[in-house]
Amino acid sequence: MRTKMILLGCVSLLGLLSVQCFADHKTKDSSNHAKVDPGNAGLTLPAGFHAQAIAENLGAARHIAVTPKGDIYVKISSGKPGNAIAVLHDDNGKMDVKTFGTYRGTGIAIKDGYLYASSDEDVFRYKLDDQFQVINKDQPEKIITGLINRRQHESKSIALDNDGNIYVNIGAYSNSCQVQDRAKGSKGIPGCPIRDSAAGIWQFRADKANQTYGDGSKFATGLRNVVGLDWNNQSNHLFVMQHGRDGLFDMWPEYYSLEQGNELPAECMYKLNKGDDAGWPYIYYDGIQNKKMLAPEYGGDGKKTGGENAIDPVAAFPAHMAPNGLLFYTGNQFPAKYKNGAFIAFHGSWNRQKGQKGYLVAFVPFKDGMPSGKWEVFADGFAGIKDIQSPGQAQHRPCGLAQGPDGSLYVTDDVKGTVYKITYNGK
Amino acid sequence: MKKWMLVGVVCGLWTMAAAQTKKPAAAGSSAVRGKKVYEQYCLACHQIDGSGVPRMNPPLIKTSYVLGEKEPLINVVLKGMDASVPIDDEYYSNNMPPHAFLKDQEIADVLTYVRSNFGNKASAVTPAEVKAVREKK
Repeated sequence: MRTKMILLGCVSLLGLLSVQCFADHKTKDSSNHAKVDPGNAGLTLPAGFHAQAIAENLGAARHIAVTPKGDIYVKISSGKPGNAIAVLHDDNGKMDVKTFGTYRGTGIAIKDGYLYASSDEDVFRYKLDDQFQVINKDQPEKIITGLINRRQHESKSIALDNDGNIYVNIGAYSNSCQVQDRAKGSKGIPGCPIRDSAAGIWQFRADKANQTYGDGSKFATGLRNVVGLDWNNQSNHLFVMQHGRDGLFDMWPEYYSLEQGNELPAECMYKLNKGDDAGWPYIYYDGIQNKKMLAPEYGGDGKKTGGENAIDPVAAFPAHMAPNGLLFYTGNQFPAKYKNGAFIAFHGSWNRQKGQKGYLVAFVPFKDGMPSGKWEVFADGFAGIKDIQSPGQAQHRPCGLAQGPDGSLYVTDDVKGTVYKITYNGK
Repeated sequence: MKKWMLVGVVCGLWTMAAAQTKKPAAAGSSAVRGKKVYEQYCLACHQIDGSGVPRMNPPLIKTSYVLGEKEPLINVVLKGMDASVPIDDEYYSNNMPPHAFLKDQEIADVLTYVRSNFGNKASAVTPAEVKAVREKK
């Protein structure tokens, strides 16, 4: 009898222990994504900010959009069937990941009850229900089609305004409009014909099916390639980040030193009005002298200025850092200085020699729709190594940016497909 | 007797070591010149470690184009590449300009360098092989 009781006691103790274990396991699971990562997912941030990786291994995670309910849509640039868009849904702390669609591409945005996403030739939209979930994943409406894709600068990044228009980047399929692309000493084609169908931002209606070049209008030209762009609701303007040209030293060593090739030209932010011309390929912007310079393909020599009719950038950043994401921050979670300012996701350089740089998220403060101070590094450490020599060494490269309904900042990485969530608690 | 044997062994080892260093050195003279060509014309895109730029400029590390038949590889250097061709199942967006202005010797040297570096272990390319491909068209 005594033995039996002891045995029973042991069994119930075991039972309790296992329940305890199970409970522990469960809490651990469910708190996995709610807990702040003490290592900030490998990132360095200003004091009081924290980062966690809320999803990993999504593939080439490009741009990102978050619904008012907190669901996250990520555009994956993959040709794999059913892998065009990932949906991340926080199911009581457990991140549920589903994918749908089959097309490569970068752009994604949410506006007025629709999810917009782009391949490298077309733009689609999906109707959302009252929970901001896609109703029919298999039958999006094709709103824009037949945009030029000649491999180089193929991303059709998108942004929407508040008047029913959508803006699409059509990148130049060339570095500097040379007769022979990227060939040493090759001259620029007179009256660069690439600008007719690419090298600019096109404007279309957001709600009309099957539009192509003739249905839209060229909103701005002379932009070599824009991957990061965003509508600024304060000033009601489209802002874009241009990827500056490559190869000043490699192709024109008679005019530029290796160091000049590394530091020129600036990566530029432009505030666009309809009809603007940013000057590519005839000029580039020298961020050290703060001047528009005549491109060597069009008679420049590193000293001659040019582009009298081309607009000036509103901000200039170090060369070759490849700005892939732009976001105006309108949330209330971050300190006041961030309100209405611009976050920029830099993909990191490859066209430098003797060391790459710029695998980071930068911030520029804004006042009344214009930059009001110098840019600063906001989040760094994505590459995971110091003294990075080639982009293949980077463990992560920032690409897309989005703001959550609670004011958190989301950053994608297109090497491994990590999604970072950055929050502020002041501690 | 034992001493002589030791000397013999040491000499033998030295000869073997010398032969071993000599062999790569012979291939090396072309590869050493090829490294200079690589740094001047290839490095900016294909990178210092031959790893390329993901989805933009293809890597030269253990790729079928680099390690495979010499003729298509020589043709890539001579004619460049601007077609949408997958390389080991991945697409690359940037164009490669033709490098036909390089001499047969320079192309042989740079390809010998690329095929014996970055973890690659493929045979050398000779100027005669480059000349033969160049004369085909």
